[in-house]
Amino acid sequence: MRQLRAQIGNVAKADGSSVFEMGNTKVIAAVYGPREVQNKSQQISDQALVRCEYSMANFSTGDRMRKLKGDRRSTEISLVIRQTMEACILTHLMPRSQIDIFVQVLQADGGTRSACINAATLALADAGIPMRDIVTSCSAGYLNSTPLLDLNYTEDSAGGPDVTLGILPKLDKVTLLQMDAKLPVDIFENVMQLAIEGCKAIANYIREVLLENTNQLEYRRGL
Amino acid sequence: MDSRLANSWRLTVNEKNFIKTALQSEIRIDGRKPYEYRKISIKFGRDDGSSEVQLGQTRVMGIVTTQLVQPYRDRPNEGTLSIFTEFSPMADPSFEPGRPGESAVELGRIVDRGLRESRAIDTESLCVLAGKLVWAIRIDLHILDNGGNLVDASNIAALSALLTFRRPECSLGGEDGQQVIVHPPEVKEPLPLTVHHLPIAITFGFFNDESISVIDPTHNEEAVMSGRMTATVNANGDICAIQKAGGEGVTQRVIMQCLQLAIAKATGITKQIKEAVEVYNTERSLRKIKRHPTSVGTIVQGGQTQTSGKEGVSESPGNHIERLKQLSGETCTSQSSEERKTTSTDGNAKNLIRGPTTWDPYSKGVGPELLKTSLASQGTSMPNEKQDLRNEKKPGEAEVEGHHPEDANPGSSAINESLTGLQTKKERTLEDAVKPKSKRKKKASSKTGAS
Repeated sequence: MRQLRAQIGNVAKADGSSVFEMGNTKVIAAVYGPREVQNKSQQISDQALVRCEYSMANFSTGDRMRKLKGDRRSTEISLVIRQTMEACILTHLMPRSQIDIFVQVLQADGGTRSACINAATLALADAGIPMRDIVTSCSAGYLNSTPLLDLNYTEDSAGGPDVTLGILPKLDKVTLLQMDAKLPVDIFENVMQLAIEGCKAIANYIREVLLENTNQLEYRRGL
Repeated sequence: MDSRLANSWRLTVNEKNFIKTALQSEIRIDGRKPYEYRKISIKFGRDDGSSEVQLGQTRVMGIVTTQLVQPYRDRPNEGTLSIFTEFSPMADPSFEPGRPGESAVELGRIVDRGLRESRAIDTESLCVLAGKLVWAIRIDLHILDNGGNLVDASNIAALSALLTFRRPECSLGGEDGQQVIVHPPEVKEPLPLTVHHLPIAITFGFFNDESISVIDPTHNEEAVMSGRMTATVNANGDICAIQKAGGEGVTQRVIMQCLQLAIAKATGITKQIKEAVEVYNTERSLRKIKRHPTSVGTIVQGGQTQTSGKEGVSESPGNHIERLKQLSGETCTSQSSEERKTTSTDGNAKNLIRGPTTWDPYSKGVGPELLKTSLASQGTSMPNEKQDLRNEKKPGEAEVEGHHPEDANPGSSAINESLTGLQTKKERTLEDAVKPKSKRKKKASSKTGAS
């Protein structure tokens, strides 16, 4: 696993925000909510509406790219992140309200999806939104008959399988699982196991960061 | 853009509870068991590379087309594959025309991942001129009816369309050997794509009580379920792609169980797809062989020359004898998909002999026995008999095909003779049928009859 770094509270205006780094991949997430639904037609009467938007900055990859906001990959990843977070937020506690998650990739070096989910979790925790459990995510792959954890861009584009896994660590449940490229079932099981351990390690780190943050807040308030 | 499916509004709380309660006793509302798939039926259109799949109430149409383009810079000797989805508003009240919504994009990407990353299609064989020209394959998926589980149906539609698609053959030519000549289908037989394996998508639905999971959810169940997972596996036991985008959390054990189940189901579905494609291919090669040579207008036809260049299986009734005549007038081939339209039939031959008025467009071509019978009983329309004969003919056809390579020698004189001596023996007709390996006349005329 690459080096992890996380900070909370970067975006002052947002209710919750965080910056999450996994090696060279750097992602910033901002959460607004719960607030009133802006589009009344989309209001859900017994739940909170969760919206998510994923975008990559033009300068995030090696060649500056001119990607439209609404391109298919971004749409899919937005959908994936939204559904993952929706599963862990206690939405029924906040009916008729809206929670927005904005995720922006500043540096992309493989594993952006996982970094986004981790960043979103931190930001949601920073915003104080009630959740069942934190969601952590990690990617794993299989190259040269070795399972690898946390692929970077070069390893990812080598053509081997890429498994992205998101779990609720305390409940030990898998919420997100995406895989591409061919892989036999038994090897897949190994890779998945490896990814789960990676996720648990990230979960520990995130908890430490949150604890540290709470200590800081306590200290500043003079408790 | 939050596209919630209309079914989640339509279902009342009572209905939702009913579905959940029934599932606890392992009963589903359409009578299936939790791990039972709906009936799949695969139909093909006239063109190469078009298929329509029906999975229970869900209907999806898949169409494959190809074009010569420049390759990507980082992959100069590989062809490209792209998938476009169209969620037609007639499928579901919540589908809007225009830009694809989230679920449309997700579906496209799931099918795309299954095909592209697992290398199901051999893209290197699509290269024509390295770095300059490659074939770009475009798969269009149209959702016609949303009865739940669009992903699986779309995947099967895409696979069957790809298996029956034929791309034109091209060769290098020109002065410097750099020019690419695309051969139209009448000159050279189009080639099928190289498909290494068939990745089949199987979707599971999870419910709040996490020990319940179902396979192939209907749209009512989709409104109730709290999580879904699509596993794309192939019959060899490899997992090609998995998509579980959030939703209810499940334990690892459940996931592995689902994967094992998916592999078991995939073998059955693969077999079904292959069988359907086989049937289509046999039919197609029969159609090819049934072509008759063109000849300049003879006495019999009264100079009907159809240069429509289209072959088609016509819906309208056709007289097989008329067909024979028309064939002589036809001039083009029918292999290319765009030419597979019904040719306009001429009415000239009609006055000669009238035949059966019902014609089954998807049946095999006319066989020698059939012609003999109909010739013998000129003018009497026996549609039913025809149908039977056609059906029986199928095994007969197979043998006839075997003959063709040997017989393929009739000279053009034979054709003329045959045309003049229309009212007679079946040997003539057999020869006619056999003659054109080189000349591809569509037997289309035979099909078109009097369209």
